[in-house]
Amino acid sequence: MKKLESTFFNMIISLTLVTLIAGVSLAYMNELTKGPKAEARKQKQIKAIQTVLPEITNDPFAEKQAIAVEGEKDSLFVFPGLKNDKLAGIAISTFSKKGYNGLIKLMVGFTGKGNIHNIVVLEQKETPGLGTKMTSGSFLKQFIDKNPENFDLKVKKDGGMVDAITGATISSRAFGDAVQTAYNTFVNEKKNFEK
Amino acid sequence: MNNIKQIFFKGIIKENPVFVMLLGMCPTLGVTTTAYNGLGMGIATMFVLIMSNIVVSLIKNLIPNKVRIPAFIVVIASFVTIVEMILEAFIPFLYDQLGIFIPLIVVNCVILGRAEAFASKNNVYHSIIDGLGMGLGFTLALTVLGATREILGSGSIFNLVLFGENANTILLFILPPGAFIALAYLSAIYNKLTLKN
Repeated sequence: MKKLESTFFNMIISLTLVTLIAGVSLAYMNELTKGPKAEARKQKQIKAIQTVLPEITNDPFAEKQAIAVEGEKDSLFVFPGLKNDKLAGIAISTFSKKGYNGLIKLMVGFTGKGNIHNIVVLEQKETPGLGTKMTSGSFLKQFIDKNPENFDLKVKKDGGMVDAITGATISSRAFGDAVQTAYNTFVNEKKNFEK
Repeated sequence: MNNIKQIFFKGIIKENPVFVMLLGMCPTLGVTTTAYNGLGMGIATMFVLIMSNIVVSLIKNLIPNKVRIPAFIVVIASFVTIVEMILEAFIPFLYDQLGIFIPLIVVNCVILGRAEAFASKNNVYHSIIDGLGMGLGFTLALTVLGATREILGSGSIFNLVLFGENANTILLFILPPGAFIALAYLSAIYNKLTLKN
């Protein structure tokens, strides 16, 4: 077949067709992946909740509550974890916008007494190889079993107790900030979940 | 048959997109902080490259010469978006790692370059081979570069710790300047080895 001439009519027709076909196939793919995408996000949250809470018997996802934060459009989500109808811990999905590249989202689990049980990083856009180390065990383990009441969540440089990641003080600060927000919410909301 | 072999291997060795042609530098320098990221980005790019080569080769006679570039870019961008959707839905782990870099595949000049220089002039079969060879060459280069930067900068490879948690590593190699330095040394070594004559 001979190549189409570059006439005005041919150019309009071929470009229109190319974009039309591309648009239709993208819309189709979007429909196809919509379900699995939402499911993947939900699974990630469920897995994070299971990691940050001690053993529980209820479905914390079913009892999730949104808590508004002062001065912020987004809200925190609180997931109460019960064991045999008694409060075992509360998982809080929290965030800070002070990261090196903006938003950092964490899932923090507190035991009934307010000790940090575990932390999972849900989302971050920090510098690969530096700030991304916040997802590593060696950084996270310093928070485990600490109570923010007597464990200052500021980095050591700012007079706190957190060992910052080498070369990523800003990311470490934001991490502490997010955990602090979660703890404040925990203190405010705890009484609502104790039965 | 010899011809096929030649098309396949030229992308990996003689015309390696990264070390020889220095194409697609934006994703090359941006994502290669770890070997794993390099490999993932390489495979995603290879997929887009093969698919766009196929489509461009199929429609080459239907596209008038003067509007070929916008048409090719629409084809490439569509495949990139499809890759992004598939990764997010089915391989969320890799999507978390590569998320912000995937849209960069659109501006990867390796892909547009192959569409323009090869697929728009050759048949579908040869275009697939060309995409495969170029894609493998790109993946290989990115993985080697990522591994080098990861070993020097983080003291690990494919997330396996090599020298212990608190080893003193050269942080610079994780940072953007380290990408340029590592790439320059690697392509110098590569060219020394391959271009003996």
